[in-house]
Amino acid sequence: MNEILFYSLAALTLGCGLLVVANPFSRNPVTSAMFLVMTILSLAGLFVLLGAFFLAAVQVIVYAGAVIVLFLFVIMLMGSHELPRRAFHWLLAAAACLVTGALAALLLRLLSALKTQPPAVGAPVEGGTALLGRLLFTDYLLPFEVVSVVLLVAMVGVIVLSRKEAA
Amino acid sequence: MNGPTLEHYLVFSALLFCIGLYGMLTRRNLIAMLMSVELVLNAAALNFVAFHHFLFPGDSGGAVFPIFIIAVAAAEAAVALAIFIALFRHQQHLDVQQSDSLKG
Repeated sequence: MNEILFYSLAALTLGCGLLVVANPFSRNPVTSAMFLVMTILSLAGLFVLLGAFFLAAVQVIVYAGAVIVLFLFVIMLMGSHELPRRAFHWLLAAAACLVTGALAALLLRLLSALKTQPPAVGAPVEGGTALLGRLLFTDYLLPFEVVSVVLLVAMVGVIVLSRKEAA
Repeated sequence: MNGPTLEHYLVFSALLFCIGLYGMLTRRNLIAMLMSVELVLNAAALNFVAFHHFLFPGDSGGAVFPIFIIAVAAAEAAVALAIFIALFRHQQHLDVQQSDSLKG
């Protein structure tokens, strides 16, 4: 059961991910954003398979709910005109294929040599929300606060950057 | 057969990482490039969760760090999109190949 779910979700994620980066049918950024939503939703399914329920919920709410909406908002703001279809950069695509393929081959070769021990027995943490919240406010208090400052700085920076200059 | 193993997840996230990298290298629209970056970040987050689930189920780091990844990715997307808006106001397009006004 788990195996079927894993393979179908993984295939869905990889297929939609491919359609995000290289869609042969459409060059419209809105289509890419929609396939990114699909990718993120199926990744959330994989998180559920791994027992990280809270993380799956955060993934759906923050990514699919907020970040993608932001993407779509900006795309709409700029007019979702398709890029003019110019000569396809064969050299660029070939170079990118070469680099990416070499990296993939290297990673897969490394992974095939990997010998993992059976899981160390311990009390599983398994993404329980209450425990995660306690961890965030005890062991990971400093990173948590730093992330809040990062978000605040990002918010102020976005307002400054996107303001009209003429004011 | 008792479900997918750690290797399954690692291979999967390596492939997702490579797809994102390919998108970053080939797309010309800045927004599409940013979407590819999101794929790469998601692959990294999945690695964290997979290692946590299979190797260190008693350790808490793998459960917490993906949350930080998501938060930082959200901040990064917001800042990048604001920069894109400023750039678009300045030059009326978002094509990286044409954004060469700093070229000597």
